[in-house]
Parts: sequence; C-alpha cells; structure tokens
Amino acid sequence: MSPAGVPAQLDVSIESKSYRAASGGRLDVLRGLKFALPAGAVAALVGPSGCGKTTLLRIITGLDRDFSGVVNLPEHGKLGMVFQEPRLLPWRTVEQNVRLGAPEATDADLDMLFAALGLDSHREHFPGELSLGQARRVALARAFAVKPDLLVLDEPFVSLDDALAERLRDELAALVTSRRVTTLLVTHNIDEAIGLADRLFLLSSSPTRVVAEVPIARPRGLHSVNERAEIRAEIAQRLGKAV
Amino acid sequence: MGLLVAAWYVGSRIAGPRMLPDPQAVGLAMWTEAKSGDLAFALGVTLARVAVSFTIAMALGTVLGVMMGRWRLADRLADPWLVVLLNLPALVIIVLAYVWAGLTETAAIAAVALNKLPNATVTVREGARSFDRQLDEMADVFRMGSWTRLRHVLIPQLAPYLAAAARSGLSLVWKIVLIVELLGRPNGVGFEIGIAFQLFDVTRILAYAIAFVVVMLAIETFLVQPIERHVSRWRPRPA
Repeated sequence: MSPAGVPAQLDVSIESKSYRAASGGRLDVLRGLKFALPAGAVAALVGPSGCGKTTLLRIITGLDRDFSGVVNLPEHGKLGMVFQEPRLLPWRTVEQNVRLGAPEATDADLDMLFAALGLDSHREHFPGELSLGQARRVALARAFAVKPDLLVLDEPFVSLDDALAERLRDELAALVTSRRVTTLLVTHNIDEAIGLADRLFLLSSSPTRVVAEVPIARPRGLHSVNERAEIRAEIAQRLGKAV
Repeated sequence: MGLLVAAWYVGSRIAGPRMLPDPQAVGLAMWTEAKSGDLAFALGVTLARVAVSFTIAMALGTVLGVMMGRWRLADRLADPWLVVLLNLPALVIIVLAYVWAGLTETAAIAAVALNKLPNATVTVREGARSFDRQLDEMADVFRMGSWTRLRHVLIPQLAPYLAAAARSGLSLVWKIVLIVELLGRPNGVGFEIGIAFQLFDVTRILAYAIAFVVVMLAIETFLVQPIERHVSRWRPRPA
C-alpha cells in the first residue's frame, strides 16, 4: 500500500516521560518508545490498561510537551481526534460542533459524513439530546471533517454495548478505507484492533515501550474465527517472548 | 398584586394619609408628575446612570474575574483589594469619590461602578475557575483560533455566571445610583426623593419609587429573562 521511500507520516521516538509521584520520586511512564507510520497506514496501539496509552496520545497530539524525545508530524499537519469522551460543545448544535472543529469543510463534505454516520436527522440537535452512541458519531464526523493528515482515536467505543460498538466500528472501517487517512487507534480490545488496523503495535506495561509489531494480512477484511485465533496466538507469543 | 394593593389600602386607613397615602393619591401624584414631564426626565437620567455604571462594572469585572480565575499571580495580587472593596460600605466609596473628584457626573458613575465591581469579579472568577479542561484540549487539538475559542468555548461556559452577576448587579446598581443622586446630583429619581423627604411628602416619594420599580421590573421581564432563555436553550428541559 505504501511503497518504500514514502516519508513516514508519523515518527515517534520518546526517550522518556515521567511524572513526579506523590511520594516525591519520579515515575517513568514511557521509556524508549519508538514507532513510525507510513502515509495511509492504520495502526492500533494495544496494551494493558493503565500502560500510558492516553499519555502517549497526549504527547503525539501536542497537548503534553513535557517529555524528552521527538515526535515528527507532517509539516502543518492537520489533526483529527476522537477522545474517549465525545467532548462536544453542549451549547452548540451537532452541525455547529462539526463546523467549529473543521471550518474548511464544505457543505458537500458534511452531507456525506452525516449520511455515512446516520446523523442526518440530528443536525439541529444539541449534544444533550443525543445518546452516547450518537455523540460518539458526532465526534467521529468532526474528526473526519477536518480531512486530517493524522486521525487519532483514543478508545473511541468504550462504554457502548457490543452490538452498537460493532456497528460504529464498521462505519469507521468504511470511512478509513474510503478516505485513506493515516490513523492511530488506541484500544485494549484486541478484536477491535484486528477489525480496524493493518498493523498492531503491542505495548508493554509501564514504563511503556513498543515490544512488537504485528501486521494484519487482510486489513478490515472479514476475519474468520480461526484467523482471529491465529492472530491472538501470535500476539500472545510475542508478548510472552518480550516479557 | 391585588393582595398587595388591598393591604396598602388597609395600612393607609390605619396609619393615616400623612404616613401612608392610599394608592389613589399616589397614582394621582404619579399622573401629575408624568404630565409635567418631570417623572420621565428623572427616570431617564437615573436609567442612563444605571446603564453606564452597570456596563462599566460588568466589563471590568468580567476581565478582572477571568484573569484572576485563570492566573494564580493575578489572583494573589488582586485578592486583597477585592476583599477591601467588598467590605467597604457603599456610602464610604460614594463620599470619598465626591470629596476627591468633586460633585461631578464622573465621580457619581465611578462610585456606583466601584461598588458593583467586586461582586461581579468574584462571581466571574468562580466561572473562570470552573472552565472545562477537556474542552480546552479539544480546542487545542482542532487548532481553534482565539476568537472561535472565546465565542464558542469560553463565553458559553461563563454565561451562567455572567447572568448571575448581571441579575444581582442590576438591583444593586440602581439602589446605589439613588443614593449617589441623593448625595450629590441635581437631578434623577434619587434627587427627587431627597426633595420629597425634606418636605416630608410621602406621596411623592412613593410615586417616584414605584415608577422606578415598575421600569426595572419591565427590564427584568422583557430584556434579562428573554436573553437568559436564549442563552440556555441548549439545556435539556424536563418535559
């Protein structure tokens, strides 16, 4: 998909990130964490909960600059982000929320996104009138409307019921495929990662680093139960070797 | 409303027309003052003072409140002053303003604004302290410009606090404007009430006071409440 020589869209090399612990010492959260994404790649960061995934995303998106290391984004790179919570402005309508995040989006862009995510009838609603699933869709629409050079998703489907999470995952997969957006997804749900990504980065527990990269043969294709089991086995094996 | 007027009648019968004239007499006095144009002039002058000092106090209070809510240094520097101003009696501020700046319009307006300023600041500071960090981060990631941020992210969060400050502010400001007029201005509702007081003319005092209360009630009902309803239209209402 991405021929050799194409410059990496995202290059992360973090020497260390630490917090001052309440007891006074320093607590390393990330150490020696490196990975790169070519343009158009969809990667999932998978790791145990509490392993500093959210911290890593805050560094990549520029919200946290207090670390040692380098994060290279394409110059003037536009970011689209879906946070764990929808983070919509409650006093603006669904459509205004998307437009405020993506002022350059055209009417046609929005029409397409709202149609693809089933939000057509909710354009004039306020976020307080939506269910969590709908609010998550609005957050997705906002991130895609930016036409981002890098799309970052932080556990975008937690606390949804399985059926709904599945549907949203399919919608997201369709959008990612049709738009070829370089995407970084953080999740602790391995099935979700297998269903969406074309490569997985496995993270160790704290202090976190990338212990292995697992390519997915047919990204976003229908994986049989056996295939999923194989991938899971490979993950387990690699994680086992690393520890 | 009817109950109030009935009680007023009874009270007037008991206390006698000199202490508490009945509603008819007050209505008649209002009508004479209105016909001569004195009432409208006094109301206009007083309302203009209320409007100007209220605007100044709210604008300064908002800027100061946001600064103190967001920056610890500003809070530490300005907080003692705020406590002093909050606890300084209105009368002291007014008298000092008149002594230092003379019996001028500027001194009058400044004294009123200064009385209202600390409580606007304190209310807005509470609002600024409760800004949502998550929305801040969202605005950062989506690279929102400072104008967009101000208008769509920050001010809506401040709106309930601004409304509270405006509510309590309007009632406080008009009461103090009357005192300022009584002490050092040659016109306005406060001045008229002062004259009536010297003549012990309770009818006139009530006529002016009631006319002004009616105007302020109208402002509250036809201006403040519709604005509040519009600003909070996004809040889910119980069905």
